[in-house]
Amino acid sequence: MTARVARRIVSDYIVPTGALVGVLVVWEVATRAFHIPNFIMPAPSAIVGEGWEWRYRFLGHAWVTLYETLGGFALSLLVGVPLAILIVYSPTLKSALYPLIVLAQSVPKIAVAPVLLLILGHGEIPKVIVAFLVAFFPIVVDTATGLNATPSELLDLSRSYRASAFKTFVKVRLPMALPFFFAGAKVAITLSVIGAVVGEFVGSDQGLGYVILSATSYWKTELAFSSMILLSVMAILLFGAVELVERLACPWLATEREE
Amino acid sequence: MIRLDHVEKTYRTRRGDLVHALDDLTLHVRENEFVSVVGTSGCGKSTLLKLVAGLVPATRGTIHVRDQAVLEPFADVGFVFQQPVLLPWRSVLDNVLFSVEMLGLPPAQYRKPAADLLELTGLGGFETKYPRELSGGMQQRVAICRALLPDPSLLLMDEPFGALDAMTREEMGLELLRIWEERRKTILFVTHSIPESILLADRVVVMTPRPGRIARVLDIDLPRPRTMDLEFDRRFKTYSDDVRSLIFAGRVAVRREAVPTAEPSLKPEERR
Repeated sequence: MTARVARRIVSDYIVPTGALVGVLVVWEVATRAFHIPNFIMPAPSAIVGEGWEWRYRFLGHAWVTLYETLGGFALSLLVGVPLAILIVYSPTLKSALYPLIVLAQSVPKIAVAPVLLLILGHGEIPKVIVAFLVAFFPIVVDTATGLNATPSELLDLSRSYRASAFKTFVKVRLPMALPFFFAGAKVAITLSVIGAVVGEFVGSDQGLGYVILSATSYWKTELAFSSMILLSVMAILLFGAVELVERLACPWLATEREE
Repeated sequence: MIRLDHVEKTYRTRRGDLVHALDDLTLHVRENEFVSVVGTSGCGKSTLLKLVAGLVPATRGTIHVRDQAVLEPFADVGFVFQQPVLLPWRSVLDNVLFSVEMLGLPPAQYRKPAADLLELTGLGGFETKYPRELSGGMQQRVAICRALLPDPSLLLMDEPFGALDAMTREEMGLELLRIWEERRKTILFVTHSIPESILLADRVVVMTPRPGRIARVLDIDLPRPRTMDLEFDRRFKTYSDDVRSLIFAGRVAVRREAVPTAEPSLKPEERR
């Protein structure tokens, strides 16, 4: 029993941490040994040092990117979920909307971003829109899939009890769709971060995307790296937050995970 | 209780092909009778249940339940399917309460009866578990409790033990009979197991496929309460030989007529 726990701790924590530390050590030693200049490949210590020096300025930029990301994600939920419901319940709307949604998804968002900035100007709104555009597709598709995932027997059962379509929706189809929705939301939140950064790349004077862009134009690679790390940490935390909400909303999935 | 007169059902598949699911089916089921319907897949057994429940309209013919023409679902029905189809986010007790909730009855008043039903089916103490924590046989028991809770006078069962292993299956069949002895209902029980159809029922409806027709209705004159030992009874053997030959004769006839054997692309009852 204790041996098994020990083995699990080793495989779940010690091995991955060890691998990460190993990579960092090799990286640090290599940059020093081969005298690689910071602007080509900064050492981990240089990245951390630069990040520490920027800690207060980073707060403001991270806040802007977080705000754009969450705005885009919220918008994708507000638009994506009702859209999925419409598609599932109305075949006419499905044939009308589905091609449009697929079209919207197939347009490269990086190509849309400059146009959006042209129309909406600088500021946070166009970044929110870009984040929304990249995030809403998985929400729509996964929620629609989830709403269709109810076994036909359950729908027959509801009908045989003369339950209204609305009651069946609330009591059966919606909860049945929840795990699918969360699968989409987890993809969407990480895409929102990418969307916000892409928006900032195209034109902005704040945000972590802006910091990366301006750092590279001044050859300050270590600053770009520390921004990237901050962005990754933010994306991981946001992903974790969605997963936490999922665990709270779908407690029955916990027993499945433990099996 | 149930009267089906000259009922015919044809489906159109998405491809546009017509599927003749049932042809000129006449069957009368008495109050509190246990009738099993046996036949190969594609003989329209499940379609028959949906017609009786009012879930799909008949193409021709009339269906009456308690002298009322069945034109739409009528609520006094319990349905049990091959899969338990429980709600994974609800506890066992709340799954049993699902039926009364969907009927618009106050679930609070049914908590005690629901717990009693779970006790009756050997699931006492499992009220707060999630369906996933239960075995297949236990899940199907929950589905049966769900169907029984509003105390419907008609129970429609579509291969309810078909997904269970052979031993659990026999046990569940006899358990169903025990419940039925205690709370009399009219049961229409679809199965493709010949021994099961005979062991449980007062009458066995033997159906042949393409189009679904009744080959014969056999009265099962075996003493109740039924036990597993009956399977060694001489009469049981005779009945099962009869059913087998009726199903088999249908198959041979189809082959001899050289009817194209291609399955319809989408059998209505297997459409999920």
